Amino acid sequence: MELVAEQRGEMIVVSALGDRIDAAGAIQFKDRMRELTQTPSLRVILDMSRVAFLDSSGLGAVVAVMKALGPDRKLELSGLTATVQKVFRLTRMDSVFTIHDHLPDGLRQVG
Amino acid sequence: MDAKAVDFSSSTRLTIPGRQSAVRDGLRALLDTLLLQSLPADGRGTAEIVLAEALNNIVEHAYAHHDGEIEISLQLRQNELLCRISDTGLPMPGGQLPAGVLAPLGDFADLPEGGFGWHLIRSLSKDLRYRREGGRNLLSFRLDTQQSPA
Repeated sequence: MELVAEQRGEMIVVSALGDRIDAAGAIQFKDRMRELTQTPSLRVILDMSRVAFLDSSGLGAVVAVMKALGPDRKLELSGLTATVQKVFRLTRMDSVFTIHDHLPDGLRQVG
Repeated sequence: MDAKAVDFSSSTRLTIPGRQSAVRDGLRALLDTLLLQSLPADGRGTAEIVLAEALNNIVEHAYAHHDGEIEISLQLRQNELLCRISDTGLPMPGGQLPAGVLAPLGDFADLPEGGFGWHLIRSLSKDLRYRREGGRNLLSFRLDTQQSPA
């Protein structure tokens, strides 16, 4: 799973360039997210618009990343595709994360 | 690995090694079959979620201590996909499938990072059955191909 980060003011925008966050890539995803969010920022947004599939291990990894960022620096998600949305809804994780339909204006072309 | 499914428009069969990387390739091969390509996007997404969870579970638990293969057979009957998955790994603890009850969401620091798999399988499938026969685990279920129950 290739991830690319860009700092925009108070925000780090991480774009997931791969099409799946799954059991085979969950640990790598967590490690890479940790690296990319080392720089302090108020907000971290993960753009998932290219991620077509996420399994329960991938979901666990996203939750772990949010917990690692701490309660004052929440992980926000953007651009969930249909299958990914279904996994979040069925596990009620859609009530835990701030989820945006798409990136804020001016940030669409990151990555 | 080069996973290749025996592919007909109404049924398909695939055997993969019980390894994590093979699950990813196997899912890709299944999703590319005529059978799953013929389903509406929502039904295909549901199939990918449930098959992924079932296969990952076999790799992580049934084959935790030894190697083996996983056989997947899919059959389309009207608006349902019949799925059968078998392996020669360890039996389910207690001979039963996990209940798949979600942990309470609770406080931020206690948010669950796992235990979602069987909940997803149970939420999206019907007639979920498990039995142990002749040293094999046999899992079967049906999926609604038109609209997911949840």
